[in-house]
Amino acid sequence: MSSNTKQKTEDVRVAVYVCHCGTNIAGKVSVEQVRQFAERLPSVVVARDFKFMCSDPGQELIADDIAKLQVNRVVVASCSPLLHEHTFRNALRKAGLNPFYYQMANIREHVSWVTLDRKLATDKAKALVAAAVRRVANAVALEKKRISAHRDVLIVGGGIAGIHGALTLAESGKHVYLVEREPTIGGHMAQFDKTFPTLDCAACILTPKMSAVKNHPNITLWTYSEVEEVNGFAGNFKVRVKRKPRYVHEELCVGCNDCVEACVFKRGKVDDEFNVGLSKRKPVYMPFPQATPASVVIDPQSCLELMKGKCSKTCVEACERAAIDFKQEPTYEEVDVGAIILATGYKTFDPKRIPEYGYGKYPNVYTTLEIERLVNATGPTQGELVLKDGSTPKSAAVIHCVGSRDRRFHLYCSNVCCMSALKMAHLIKERTGADVFNFYVDMRTAFKGYEEFYDQVLNEGVQFIRGRPAEVTDWAVTREEEGKLVVRVEDTLLGMARRIPVDMVVLAVGLESQLDAEEVQRKFNISCSRDGFFLERHPKLGPVSTFSDGIFLSGTCQGPKDIPETVAQAGAAVAEALCLVDKGYVEVEPNTAYIDPDACSGCKTCIALCPFKAINRDESLKIAVVNEALCKGCGTCVGACPSGAAEQNLFTNKQIYQEIEGVLGYA
Amino acid sequence: MHYLYYPGCSLKATGKPYEESLLAVFRALGIDVDELKDWNCCGATTYMGVDEVQAFALAARNLALAERQASGAAVVAPCNACYLVLNKAQHYVSEYPDIRKRVTRALKVIELEYCGDVNVRHPLDILVNDYGIERIGQEVKQPLAGLNVACYCGCQIVRPYSTFDDQHNPQSMERLLRAAGANVIDWPLKTRCCGAALTGTIPTAGTGLSDLLLKEARRRGANTIATCCPLCQHNLECYQAEGRGESGTLVQTPVVYFTQLLGLALGLKPKSLGLKRMLIALQPPAQATRAVL
Repeated sequence: MSSNTKQKTEDVRVAVYVCHCGTNIAGKVSVEQVRQFAERLPSVVVARDFKFMCSDPGQELIADDIAKLQVNRVVVASCSPLLHEHTFRNALRKAGLNPFYYQMANIREHVSWVTLDRKLATDKAKALVAAAVRRVANAVALEKKRISAHRDVLIVGGGIAGIHGALTLAESGKHVYLVEREPTIGGHMAQFDKTFPTLDCAACILTPKMSAVKNHPNITLWTYSEVEEVNGFAGNFKVRVKRKPRYVHEELCVGCNDCVEACVFKRGKVDDEFNVGLSKRKPVYMPFPQATPASVVIDPQSCLELMKGKCSKTCVEACERAAIDFKQEPTYEEVDVGAIILATGYKTFDPKRIPEYGYGKYPNVYTTLEIERLVNATGPTQGELVLKDGSTPKSAAVIHCVGSRDRRFHLYCSNVCCMSALKMAHLIKERTGADVFNFYVDMRTAFKGYEEFYDQVLNEGVQFIRGRPAEVTDWAVTREEEGKLVVRVEDTLLGMARRIPVDMVVLAVGLESQLDAEEVQRKFNISCSRDGFFLERHPKLGPVSTFSDGIFLSGTCQGPKDIPETVAQAGAAVAEALCLVDKGYVEVEPNTAYIDPDACSGCKTCIALCPFKAINRDESLKIAVVNEALCKGCGTCVGACPSGAAEQNLFTNKQIYQEIEGVLGYA
Repeated sequence: MHYLYYPGCSLKATGKPYEESLLAVFRALGIDVDELKDWNCCGATTYMGVDEVQAFALAARNLALAERQASGAAVVAPCNACYLVLNKAQHYVSEYPDIRKRVTRALKVIELEYCGDVNVRHPLDILVNDYGIERIGQEVKQPLAGLNVACYCGCQIVRPYSTFDDQHNPQSMERLLRAAGANVIDWPLKTRCCGAALTGTIPTAGTGLSDLLLKEARRRGANTIATCCPLCQHNLECYQAEGRGESGTLVQTPVVYFTQLLGLALGLKPKSLGLKRMLIALQPPAQATRAVL
């Protein structure tokens, strides 16, 4: 290392390339001025500008200059290193130069895209180029480290995204750990009755996949479990999973439901989560008939034995296989995986936040998810669509965009509600023959077969009223309105206010990020976008990867999407994860710390501070030594070292000070 | 707790019972108020329609006086129109440099300056959020049993500025009167128009609007309407036609200020709350109970 750092400045021959990026940079920065400025900087032997430096001819320019002008340091002033650092480092490597003799000046994202004034933009670009030139002059030849990667993959979330991902990976021969926090996999899709636009039975297409997950030799399924802790990095994650006690031995239970029958509670006691509170369940319950694993679970919040220790435990007597065990404690599993796919899903918008729609106040105001359960044969009414008083609705309103496209709540479009609302209209009409009114803001029915479904529903006689309803009220002003729910709306096609009396109102609630999305974000060290969903690495070109290498996103945790799009994205996440684990190794940036043995006083400050326990003390020399395999390059020791002995590759003090002087020197 | 009190024109005239009951309730609860010295018209309605900047200048004069009288103090504006106009002036003067310049120039002529340091509050906000519903509940001496109250907020205290309550379903007054022992009825029209100035200019349109409110309130079993705005109170009470009450007989429904009801619950004398001034007499709660029975 030290031999390299002492490279003499007179040997340094820097080439600077200023990229136009079409008009992305050249439209705001005077590229020619920057080039002329760069040409006059010390150590610079050549400065060029080019339309697209990332193109092959652009990269060839670099190779030519390295060969013909003995250039040994390269600066490209173009875009973010996230996009093209890799490209240009490779160009250097191909031309026989160490790829770390390269420095990028970001004059697009940091300059042309964010600066309005042309003169200021050009000045800033010059300052950044000056900084990059001074920094690269102190660059050190380094090599990327190769670290072997684990071949197993962890998938968090057992909805359709997690299920599809797990099966695909398992088929490719990789072992998958599928962790689901609920007692069963299936997610929201298991709650749906039909799927748009084909109106397939959701359970019929989902449950075969659920049982395939359970039976696949390459899948370890942990339901009722949550990821507690994630350590490590791409290729080498160490994950700790907490398995919550079911109070039932999953491997003994066959799902006969005898214990549920025998429970001391003769009727349901608490809200049934699967039926979104429309029915009650007992403390011991099977989430739904096709639950996977087919094992009951006992809810400690409502079970008498678990709450008070006082119960005749009729369930235990009823279980022939002695599967019930009230003494179960949480257990923990630790696994090593190479990649992680997050498929943690969404939650629906709580319409109580819009009090004017009367959800929770008027009994016949429902959400779309509630209607899914009401029309489902395993639902609370065995599939009969009835009002709270048991009668059949003669008219119904479906309100679109509830919580979405609304500045008060979510600016984004939830993507699935138009189609879901159309499906609602169709199902209500089909099951009850009611008059159905859909209140929409814009109809968004892109994608295959969707517009055709819209057309079908139009032809079925559903009335579409363009306008966001102002309120749902039981305030009747005419006899026809007595006893009805009145939807007050400005019909924006008619240009007038209308009052539509109906028996039932369905709110097409939007999708939003899970309540604990922020906690998950911290646990996996990824980011969230402003709407609360997990942030992908690039909105177009990195839609399933994150800024944390080795952690991928699939399904609605990344943003609202419907089933086909979720499945497609789950497949994409699998492909990216495979890319990583199949190779069997990962290359990591050589940004590790090192300690100058001559300067180290052996004070041990760094040893105590290192979060990765990567620094040891060499007792014979009485100095600290960094274990490169463990060092993650966080820089804590560099900042803390009182004698300046700790340095970090790619970020040596000299490099950083020279960069700062480059900027300040220009100003 | 100490506040500056900005009465506005109504509370010194048609809205006198509002002032009497508000000050009596504040006194009983130990909430200190000083009347703003030399206050003037808030700038409402007519001014705002004719010349907005003049209206803002009038409002700003009050704000500037408040700042001078007690820097940093909150101003209580019980009239919904005053509350809205003062808040609106505050908003426009701080957001729009052009308006700020003109208002500042106008104030300079009378040697005043406004720094934007005044917080304009409604008494509902103060009672619910500063004093606290729980504490008020503890002070109740005569619960308002037998009163079926429709709480009527009117349009202006939550729209467009909703600083202390929900814009569509404000609940401060309901929570307050529930704590005072009243039976608050569910009434979805609590922020609908009372007819406002239309009762004076196009009476059929104005009274049509106030009639809707009264009819629905009676239909839902209200025997009292509580208001927090002098104009709402005036429109609902003065132009009130008889309607069918719960028992089917023709009745008139008392329309009172929420502070009058709160005062009764705190054990204050009806006269000290201005209840004798009302056109439609409120049956004292105990008697109302008997009447319902």
